[in-house]
Amino acid sequence: MNLADIRAQFPILNESVRGKQLVFLDSAASAQKPRAVIDAMVHAMEHQYANVHRGLHWMSERTTEAYEGTRDAIAALLNARDRHEVVFTGNSTGAINLVAHSYGRGILRPGQAVLISGMEHHSNIVPWQMLRDAHGIELRVAPITDAGELDMTAFEALLADRKVGLVSITHMSNVLGTYTPAARIAALAHAYGAKVLFDGSQAIVHRKIDVQALDADFYVFTGHKLYGPTGIGVLWARRALLEAMPPFMGGGDMISSVSYECSTWAELPHKFEAGTPAILESIGLNAAIGFMNSVGYDAIAAHEASLTDHALSRLAGIEGLNVIGRAQDRGGVVSFTMQGAHAHDIATLLDRQGIAVRAGQHCAEPLMRRLGLDSTARASFGIYTTHDEIDTLADTLIRVREFFA
Amino acid sequence: MFDDLRDLYQEVILDHGRRPRHGVRLAAYDATAKGDNPMCGDRVQVWVRHEADGRIAETGFEARGCAISIASADLMAEVVGGHSDAEIRDLAGKFRNMARTGTAPDGDAAMERLRPLAGVHEYPSRVKCATLAWHALLAALDGKGDSSSE
Ligand SMILES: Cc1ncc(COP(=O)(O)O)c(C=O)c1O
Repeated sequence: MNLADIRAQFPILNESVRGKQLVFLDSAASAQKPRAVIDAMVHAMEHQYANVHRGLHWMSERTTEAYEGTRDAIAALLNARDRHEVVFTGNSTGAINLVAHSYGRGILRPGQAVLISGMEHHSNIVPWQMLRDAHGIELRVAPITDAGELDMTAFEALLADRKVGLVSITHMSNVLGTYTPAARIAALAHAYGAKVLFDGSQAIVHRKIDVQALDADFYVFTGHKLYGPTGIGVLWARRALLEAMPPFMGGGDMISSVSYECSTWAELPHKFEAGTPAILESIGLNAAIGFMNSVGYDAIAAHEASLTDHALSRLAGIEGLNVIGRAQDRGGVVSFTMQGAHAHDIATLLDRQGIAVRAGQHCAEPLMRRLGLDSTARASFGIYTTHDEIDTLADTLIRVREFFA
Repeated sequence: MFDDLRDLYQEVILDHGRRPRHGVRLAAYDATAKGDNPMCGDRVQVWVRHEADGRIAETGFEARGCAISIASADLMAEVVGGHSDAEIRDLAGKFRNMARTGTAPDGDAAMERLRPLAGVHEYPSRVKCATLAWHALLAALDGKGDSSSE
């Protein structure tokens, strides 16, 4: 993998911010877009665009092919058995809400439980709380260890009474960088009669996902973190589950026939895709997947592991700086606090040097409370991040510390 | 390296952010409220004690937050002493306006003391840090108990 070539594909990396070369270390919030994604969307708007599944004309047919082509690309990306198992949503949040409504209300029964972990993003907490309050489903939370890993003993104990119908858990924490042991989680969930959903919003950016090897039941991710556009996300689920689940939203595209007395649902996956979908975004997402494949997950994983090691060792050398989370299996998301400097102040100072990091609670308030923190600063890495950028971060953090000393 | 940030982090702010003078929970108070900025995790609680004539005798606070939010709470606690609730509402309006636009009316002693915080107007994401304590103070005066700077 040639990093200079990769960087050259991201036009935004040439931008200056406040007179300084942009050092973008906030990819976990949303990643930058490669030329291929930008061009694909512009090309569609300029040359090949119409609504999908509706027209008998050339433009609609070609656009439908492009839209459905993205479904094929995603099925291949996830190693899904069947392209009909891929449902487009607006983002990860939309995908989880779809499952919470449709599987939660349609299949789970009052008295059953949903089990999440202590390091979830709000998008994998709040939909289950809403389900709990509306439908009498218990919400259980599997604790994490001080190192920031899932406590597997406690996790299994929470499954023991077999009330848990669904485990919904992150595959990689957006705060701690921790990968959860997904295959083990799925095996345990199944052993106790539960289905399992993985929130792959972060994980899929850095690692090859194989839903069959993981033995997952649901897997969700969001396009904009995977170098694709905003406004498109994915729910993958086993065909039998999707078939059993009632539709979530009603409208056009999701029906096979409508009368005032009754309507019948379209085949999978359209049953879950009401309304005109994110057509241009699907085209952009396909280009993003093509870009990922052209670089290759092995190269991406190796590059990011080396960046993470470098960052952890540079940050460890800064007095008063405390890295949050010490998981064995972790990826390129590093949260930290600094004695004498609040995360916001750190972020503002870094921003003055053109360095973009995130500061705050990272949509994970309960996790922050568990860690006893109000906020952290977070640097996160992408395919285009360089070792030099991490050095710039570390050198600047030393100056931040001096500023507030 | 951070010379151009001295507008935002003036010495007064760094000093009050590090060593707030009014960062205490009052033992005797007649109004209190919490302020919470859920996006970033900043929290403040303000306690107020009035004189018999309705003017503020003393203000104290406890806060978890950045240098800006703590310095702002501290300077606020300092300047509101001796003022009536109506005057404080007026001052809060001027302060909010200064945090957003960078300008404040001349010749107002309280606003002069708060002027070092005017630099936040260039940092839209930080305006809430500066105004959080004021939201909490107004909520306390209104008897609301808590507030949010969202
Ligand atoms: C772990 C995790 N889950 C879910 C989400 C939600 O993604 P989106 O806002 O695109 O729905 C995010 C990112 O914001 C995330 O990091």
